[in-house]
Amino acid sequence: MNNPSNALPEPALDSQVIAPAAMAATRPLYWSVRRELWENRSIYIAPLAVAAVILFGFLISIIHPSAKTRAAWLDPAKQWPAINMPYDIAAFLILLTAFIVGIFYCLDALHGDRRDRSILFWKSLPVSDLTTVLSKAGIPLAVLPLVAFAIIVATQVIMLLLSTVILPGKGVGAATLWAQLPLFRMSLALLYALAVMALWHAPIYGWMLLVSGWPRRATFLWAVLPPFAIGVIEKVAFNTTHFGNLMKYRLIGWFTQAFALWAKGNAPMDPLAPLTPGKFLSTPGLWIGLAVAAIFLAAAVRLRRYRGPI
Amino acid sequence: MSVIDARALRKAFGVTIALDGVDLRVEEGRILGLIGPNGAGKTTALNAILGLTPYQGELKVLGRDPWTERDQLMRDVSFIADVAVLPRWLRVSQALDYVAGVHPRFDRAKAEGFIAKTTIRRASKVGELSKGMVAQLNLALVMAVDAKLLVLDEPTLGLDILYRKQFYDSLLNDYFDRSRTIVVTTHQVEEVQHVLTDLMFINRGRIVLNCSMEEFESRYVEVTVHPEQAPAARALKPLHERQIFGRSTLLFDRGDRQQLAGFGEVRTPSIADVFVAVMGDQAGETQGAVR
Repeated sequence: MNNPSNALPEPALDSQVIAPAAMAATRPLYWSVRRELWENRSIYIAPLAVAAVILFGFLISIIHPSAKTRAAWLDPAKQWPAINMPYDIAAFLILLTAFIVGIFYCLDALHGDRRDRSILFWKSLPVSDLTTVLSKAGIPLAVLPLVAFAIIVATQVIMLLLSTVILPGKGVGAATLWAQLPLFRMSLALLYALAVMALWHAPIYGWMLLVSGWPRRATFLWAVLPPFAIGVIEKVAFNTTHFGNLMKYRLIGWFTQAFALWAKGNAPMDPLAPLTPGKFLSTPGLWIGLAVAAIFLAAAVRLRRYRGPI
Repeated sequence: MSVIDARALRKAFGVTIALDGVDLRVEEGRILGLIGPNGAGKTTALNAILGLTPYQGELKVLGRDPWTERDQLMRDVSFIADVAVLPRWLRVSQALDYVAGVHPRFDRAKAEGFIAKTTIRRASKVGELSKGMVAQLNLALVMAVDAKLLVLDEPTLGLDILYRKQFYDSLLNDYFDRSRTIVVTTHQVEEVQHVLTDLMFINRGRIVLNCSMEEFESRYVEVTVHPEQAPAARALKPLHERQIFGRSTLLFDRGDRQQLAGFGEVRTPSIADVFVAVMGDQAGETQGAVR
């Protein structure tokens, strides 16, 4: 309105460019990530719901333990696995939930706003396609792992507090309990596992995001059927399963690369002991996967530019 | 520098040609109405201007290439598509937060002020608002952006007449000034006639008419004649003739007003009448083309 449009075009332009430049990079990304959380509340509601179910089940299991469980609690040889197992199961179930939420989130991420035409509104704002795709990739790669971490730790703390109140009545003392459950070190190991999984699964999420920006409908089928078809064709044509093995390795291979398999011990063990970050970081599969993820995301950005409402 | 400068703009979807060599120049401070039948290429032209679709030919909007610099361009360009593009899950307060977060030229207080004049509650989701309220919300967001170019694609589609009138009134009273430029497409031609400064008819990807409203008013003349005078009037080669209550209304391009005054009362026709006259015989052929 009050721009000195004709008098001094050059300096006016410069000052306008510099001021937004500082905010250009991070602010739109921050708000775009928040927008994703507004739209997809399942990102935290689903793991919270699973945590609630776990806590309910756990409460019942310690109030009314089976005879076998009760015996294990009091047997020094079986005490450590018996006390630790519910905590591991809780962590596993919440991680699994976060993974599934991440997959379904990605399959809709670049599709939902084309379906409801709101892509026209988002594209009318000064937010680049790169920022949009990065904000959506940031959900499974950073936000969901952090949400899962917070919910798992909170769940385990509540489990420990419930046990501290209830188990002494069943013959397991609070001191024994706390000695068996080094929650802080468990949390560090968990954080490591979450980072490992996010990096390892990055190409899976990248593929899902790319596919979500592509077809007009049935993103799930487009994402799943081509790899499945490749596997079947390979099996029929060559009677080999290299592609299937590759997929399996991508899904669960992180575990053998990032953790040393330890003997089933009965003694309390340091949760940080089996971590092998050096081995993980020197696995070619990690870096190849990240490169593939980068290619998928770059393709998703490019595709997004051509996309409008469907 | 023109706000929009297009030369030989072309865009084809398969065998369908949506834009067939469009030359277009829009200067600062104009309100251009882009009028055409369905499938004429209006939305394609707007999409090219907004960087939503690739094209052939030369196009500069505020000196930028919209296709490669859309995010930069959108700091200075605002856009309202037809009413249904705000996502249903978005809350009014979230819409304000988000636009304030990403848009360096968004004046949040101004937007809140516009919303305060309506019955929209800030905690409501877009899905809970009526169509008219969604349009008001979108307009409030857009009017609070200090943009140089505002593009409106059927902004009042599906709204009742009160909202439609209010929409253009707010736009003119609270938003438009001589440093801004507006491009609007609409089928409700009669409602924008008094708003526009420039007019462009587009059909089958080509510009059929391009003139300022002053030029339009001096160029087109309409006169209603008695049946016995009709043959004499027809001899002056009207662009179009239509029958109302047994009397003929003839529309002339560059007609001599004094000569025509002899037949009856001379008027400036509405855009809609000229549109029908210019497009009427071609309109049927554009059915099925890409919009």
